[in-house]
Amino acid sequence: MTFPIVMNPETRDRFGAEIDAVQRDINASLGDRDRRYIKRMIAIQRGLAVAGRLTIYASLPLLPTGLPFLAVIGLGSFTLGIAKILENMEIGHNIIHGQWDWMNDPSINSSTWEWDNVCPADQWKHSHNVVHHTWTNVMGRDRDVGYEILRVNPTQPWHPAALGQPVYNALLALLFQWGVAVHDIDIGGMKSGKTTWEQERVKLRGVARKAAKQLTKDYVLWPLLAGPFFLYVIGANAFANMMRNVWSYMIIFCGHFPDGVHHFTEADVAEETRSGWQLRQTLGSCNIEGGALFHVLSGNLSHQIEHHLFPDMPSNRYPEAARRVRAICARYGVPYNSGSLTRQFGTTLRTIFRLALPGGGGERLARA
Amino acid sequence: MAVPQSRSVWSRILDVASLAATPLAPSHYLELVSPLRATHTLNARVEAVHDEGDGTRTLTLRPGRGFRSHRAGQYVRVGAAINGRVVTRTFSISSSPDRRDGCIAITVKATPDGKLSRFLVHDVRPGAYLTIAQAQGSFVQPEGAPVRPLFVTAGSGITPVMSMIRTFVARGTMPDAVHVHYARTGETALFATELASVAAAHPRYRYVLVTTREGHGARARFDRAALDALVPDWQSREAWACGPQGMLDAVEACFAAAGRAQHLHLEAFHAKLAPRDAKATGGRVRFGLSRADVEANGQTSLLEVAEAAGIQAAHGCRMGICHSCDVTMVSGCVRDLRTGAEVNEPGIRVQICVHAAAGNVDLAL
Repeated sequence: MTFPIVMNPETRDRFGAEIDAVQRDINASLGDRDRRYIKRMIAIQRGLAVAGRLTIYASLPLLPTGLPFLAVIGLGSFTLGIAKILENMEIGHNIIHGQWDWMNDPSINSSTWEWDNVCPADQWKHSHNVVHHTWTNVMGRDRDVGYEILRVNPTQPWHPAALGQPVYNALLALLFQWGVAVHDIDIGGMKSGKTTWEQERVKLRGVARKAAKQLTKDYVLWPLLAGPFFLYVIGANAFANMMRNVWSYMIIFCGHFPDGVHHFTEADVAEETRSGWQLRQTLGSCNIEGGALFHVLSGNLSHQIEHHLFPDMPSNRYPEAARRVRAICARYGVPYNSGSLTRQFGTTLRTIFRLALPGGGGERLARA
Repeated sequence: MAVPQSRSVWSRILDVASLAATPLAPSHYLELVSPLRATHTLNARVEAVHDEGDGTRTLTLRPGRGFRSHRAGQYVRVGAAINGRVVTRTFSISSSPDRRDGCIAITVKATPDGKLSRFLVHDVRPGAYLTIAQAQGSFVQPEGAPVRPLFVTAGSGITPVMSMIRTFVARGTMPDAVHVHYARTGETALFATELASVAAAHPRYRYVLVTTREGHGARARFDRAALDALVPDWQSREAWACGPQGMLDAVEACFAAAGRAQHLHLEAFHAKLAPRDAKATGGRVRFGLSRADVEANGQTSLLEVAEAAGIQAAHGCRMGICHSCDVTMVSGCVRDLRTGAEVNEPGIRVQICVHAAAGNVDLAL
C-alpha cells in the first residue's frame, strides 16, 4: 500500500516532465496518418460486422449438412464477435476517451459517440473516464478495484460472500457488458447517503433504454430475417456478444489486477501533485505483451500504463509511447509491470481464487 | 416537436428497421460504399476543378442526397481534413440553382492565412469528398416584386452575385441591373469574360469593371463621388454588396449618409478568425447560454472562470484527462495551460479545465 520506490519530489517532477514530453511530442506529430488509421479501422469494423451477419445467414441453407453448417455459422459469429471487440475497444472506448477529438470531426467525437454495448456512453464517461482514471487504484475511491464484487486486494476486508468469487468472476466474464452497464449505479453511495435512489434510478432508465435497443437488434430484428430459423441467429449473435464479453473482461482485468500492481490509500494521494499522479498511474497499471494484431484487438489497452498516463492520446501511438515510457521508468527505477497474457491473466486469476479465502496479504507483499 | 400522427406507417417501419444498425444508423454503413447517399452527414464529391487564374479556382461539387438546393446568393459550409484536422469555412455558391446537373460550384481564392482556401485551391483533386451543410444566408434576391438591383462587388466577393446573374440569365428574367465590380487589374477580374458576354446579350445588365491598380485614379476606391459618377441613379436602386470588410464599411457609410441603409444588403466573405496572439493574456469571456460576460486572466482555467461567475459547468477530473467539461468555442482564442498552444478554430470543442482565455472568447456554455 505504500510506494515501492522512494523518490524525492524534485526527482519525481523530473520524471513527470519527461513523461509530459512524450505526450507533447506525439501530440505535435498527429496528422493525416492517424486520421487514416481510425477511418480505416472504422471501415474494417463495419465491414466485418456486415460480413459476420451475412455469413450467419449463409450457413442456414447448409443446416442439413451438420458439420459444414456449424463451421460456417461458427465463422459468421466469430467474425461478428471480432467486429464487436474492435467496436468496443479500439474504436468505441478510445473515441469516448476523446482520443480522436483533436480531429475536430463531428462524426468521430467523444461528445456524440455511442458504442455497441448496453452501457450508455455518457454513464461510461463518468464511471470510467472520471472516476477510474482520476482515482486509479485508490482504495475506497476507484470502484474498478474488484468492481465492488470481487476481493482483489488483501486489504479489502474478507466476507463469507467472497467464498463465491470464483463463480462471480466467471459470471462477470460472460456477462461483462451488463456489469459495465450497471457500474455507474452507486450502490455504496446510496447506503452512505452520498446519492439517492431517485438519482440512481435515472441512470438505470438510461441503461434500460440503451439495452432495449441493443437487445432488439441482436435478438429480435436480425433473427426475424431468418424466419423459422431465428433460433440459430439468436444463438450466433449471443455467441458473438459473449465472445466480446469474455475478451474485454480478460484484457481489462489484466490492466490493474496482476501480481506486482500497486494500490494506494486516500492518504497517499491527499497532497498529490501532477507528477505524483503520473507515478501512481504507472505503478497502478499493467501492460500485456503481444503482436500488433493482439494490441489492436485489445484496443491497445495492452498498453495500459501508457493509456493511464495519456488517456486521450490516439491509441495507435501507444506502442511508440510505450518504448519511451519504459526507458524513462528504467532510468528512474520505477517498476514497469509488463508481461505475457498468460502471466498477467494467470496471476489475476490466482489472486481472485486465493482472496476468496481470508488473509492473503503476507506472501503477496513479499512477492511484490 | 414532431407531430407523430403525421408520420407514415412506412417511416415507422423504417425507424424500427434502422434499429438493426443501432447504435449507428444504416447510413453509416451506406456511406462506406456510397458517400453521397449518406443521410447522417452531408458529403459532396468534387466533380471538376477549373482554374480561374490569380490563385482562384472554381470547384464543381455534387452534393449528397438530402441537400435541399439553394437560393442564388446563399453560402454553404464546406469542410475538409487538413493534416488530420477537419476545417470548415463558408463559401458563397457561384452557380445558379437552376443548373441541370444538380451540382453546385464554389469559387475560392487562396488567401495567405486561409487553411481551407489554400487546400481547396492547391490540393483538392476531382473525385475527392468534402463535407458540406445545407445552404444558408439571406443575401438573396426578393422572391416577389422585381427590383432594379445595384451590385457592388470586389475580388472574390463577386461569387454570390455571380449566382444571381447566372440565375437571371437561366430564367430569362434579367432586371434593369448595374454591376460595379472592383478588381486589381482587368486580367485578374473574376468572370470578366462571362460577364462581358452577358452584358452584350442582355442590354438591361450593365457591367462596370473598376480596376484599382491601373488607370482609374480617384475612382479606384468606392466612395460617394465615385458611385454618383458611375451609377447616377443609385439612390433609386436596391443594393447588394459583397467584398472585403473595408469596402463594405465604405458602402455602408455611403448608404447610411444618404438615408438608404434599409435598401442595402451586405455579405462579408472573410471568416472572422480571432487573432492568435502569443502575448495575449486573458480577455472577455462570453458564456452565451448562461448569459454571462466576464473578464478573465490568462492563467485561470475557463472552468474556474465559469464557476466564479456562478455557472454550474459539467466537469470531472479537472486535470484535462476525462473530457467531461468540453465546451464548444463559438469564436475567440484560448490557450492550453499545459502546452501553451493557442487555438482559435471556431466550433472546436475546448477542455475548459485546462484552457484559459488568450483574447476574447465566446463559449457555448
